[in-house]
Amino acid sequence: MELLQYILQNLINAAERGSFYAVISIGYSMVYGVLMLFNFAHGDIFMVGAYIGFGIATLFIGIFAGLLPAPLIFLATVVTTMFLVSWVGVFVEVAGYRPLRNAPRASAAITGLMIGIIFETGVLILLGATRLSFPPLMKSVTYHVGGIYITNVKAMIIIISLLLMVALHAFIQKTKWGMAMRAMSYDFLAVPLMGVSINTIAPLTFAMGAGLASVAGILYGQAYPILDPYMGVIIGWKAFVAAILGGRGSIKGAAFAGYLLGFIEIFVATIFPSTLRDLIAYSIILIILSFKPRGFFGMEHSTKLRL
Amino acid sequence: MQLRVEKLRVSYGNIKALHEISFSVKAGEILTIIGANGAGKSTTLRAISRMIPAHPESILEFEGKNLLKYSADKVVSALGISHVPEGRRIFGNLTVTENLILACFARKDKKQIARNKKWVFDLFNRLEERKKQLAGTLSGGEQQMLAVGRAYMSGRKIMLLDEPSMGLAPLLMLDMFKALKEINSQGTTILLVEQNARLALKFARRGYVIENGNLILEGPAEELLTNPDVKKAYLGA
Ligand SMILES: Nc1ncnc2c1ncn2[C@@H]1O[C@H](COP(=O)(O)OP(=O)(O)OP(=O)(O)O)[C@@H](O)[C@H]1O
Ligand SMILES: [Mg+2]
Repeated sequence: MELLQYILQNLINAAERGSFYAVISIGYSMVYGVLMLFNFAHGDIFMVGAYIGFGIATLFIGIFAGLLPAPLIFLATVVTTMFLVSWVGVFVEVAGYRPLRNAPRASAAITGLMIGIIFETGVLILLGATRLSFPPLMKSVTYHVGGIYITNVKAMIIIISLLLMVALHAFIQKTKWGMAMRAMSYDFLAVPLMGVSINTIAPLTFAMGAGLASVAGILYGQAYPILDPYMGVIIGWKAFVAAILGGRGSIKGAAFAGYLLGFIEIFVATIFPSTLRDLIAYSIILIILSFKPRGFFGMEHSTKLRL
Repeated sequence: MQLRVEKLRVSYGNIKALHEISFSVKAGEILTIIGANGAGKSTTLRAISRMIPAHPESILEFEGKNLLKYSADKVVSALGISHVPEGRRIFGNLTVTENLILACFARKDKKQIARNKKWVFDLFNRLEERKKQLAGTLSGGEQQMLAVGRAYMSGRKIMLLDEPSMGLAPLLMLDMFKALKEINSQGTTILLVEQNARLALKFARRGYVIENGNLILEGPAEELLTNPDVKKAYLGA
């Protein structure tokens, strides 16, 4: 019985951690699916999202606290932040990637790295080195159910992440933009022949990935309130690992592998000292990858990817 | 003239694929360009639909508009030029219906879209039977039908067709050309490039012969069919 509780408790913790990885790694996969390149600025977009979320949350709490119910302030913060950070995604595509669309892959890859560095130092210069603390958007309550502890914050992180993924799935399956994204991932050269502009679909994809990452940033700020200009680096790399492990370009795979990463990290930490956690967790993932070098869900490509 | 091509030059890197070719297409006609492997047929169509850049001194005019000022998607959505590319290039991970709907991405005329879709399904019954199926699971012939149907949905002023007969059994091939006649009779101009010269010249009214990136002959289709050079080089007789 105690063992079961212990396992359940860790499953919940793993789902929380996995939620961050899943939501962020989807952004890598979406962009890869559409443009066949990885946006290495994505981790830093997450960081920018957390900062902008912080700004909006602080502003909204300052204005509306006491006037509006907390969940509404929370919702308004999420929606406003998503909207603003989507434009950061658009900016990254238009200013960073578009000029290099026909350039060698390596150039496009370092573009992302450079934009990431610019974002990190930009935040550092704008806000100085003082560490800001994300204000709580809800009063933390701990529930005690059958020997398991769960806070409302944790539950919210897990549920909102799932909702985002369900909404994204619906968008990709049901709308014409989603259809165009799927078509891009199969044969991007044939897409313009359908009257679809790549210059519509590419920024939209970046915007959506950035919007998702920004919500992850807000949720992250609720779980770990201290903000740091470099907070996107490690989590960005880990989410990138999830995107590869899930299968390049596969959104389903990225989500799945994101959760898997969370589970491996948490369960390794229950057995080994926490200083060894990443060493062991990522060795395990390396081993998984050597058995599944294409990841779990490879994407379907056309066999003709040239004119 | 609906489409005017003058001194069209195209290169892939250092390789010159087209050296100053000129021709024109009248509204409503069926025109074919025949030629051997690597002669430059696909390149010609790709230049018109702006999939690849043409030399800036080339003249490409459609209904008086300079095509060089249009991007590939605008050629389709603003001018009504559709292109059935070499190798069909249908989206295998989308259903048949999704392929058709995607081709209307920039269109706003919902009623007309529904009418066009019904028309395509009437023309190619087999597509309607398979409309919920992933396009990648269709047979080669069905994929070709989808590629043509999809092009029809995307633009109906002129259709550029790149070897629609490729890989089709003779009977299916005839069906395909009947369907193309049907599309033409609705007012869509047809510019067909083919290696299968006999078939193309029987189908078209007028033809050009392309060789090594140059147009070397032009004439009514029945004249080209009896031209001794054409016979020797392209009709295997
Ligand atoms: N993507 C490309 N990159 C480089 N060279 C190309 C490319 N596509 C075509 N070419 C070259 O351009 C020339 C014309 O090719 P094109 O594909 O237009 O010929 P085609 O008449 O369509 O031939 P086929 O009947 O075999 O399809 C050829 O010499 C070919 O090698
Ligand atoms: Mg060709």
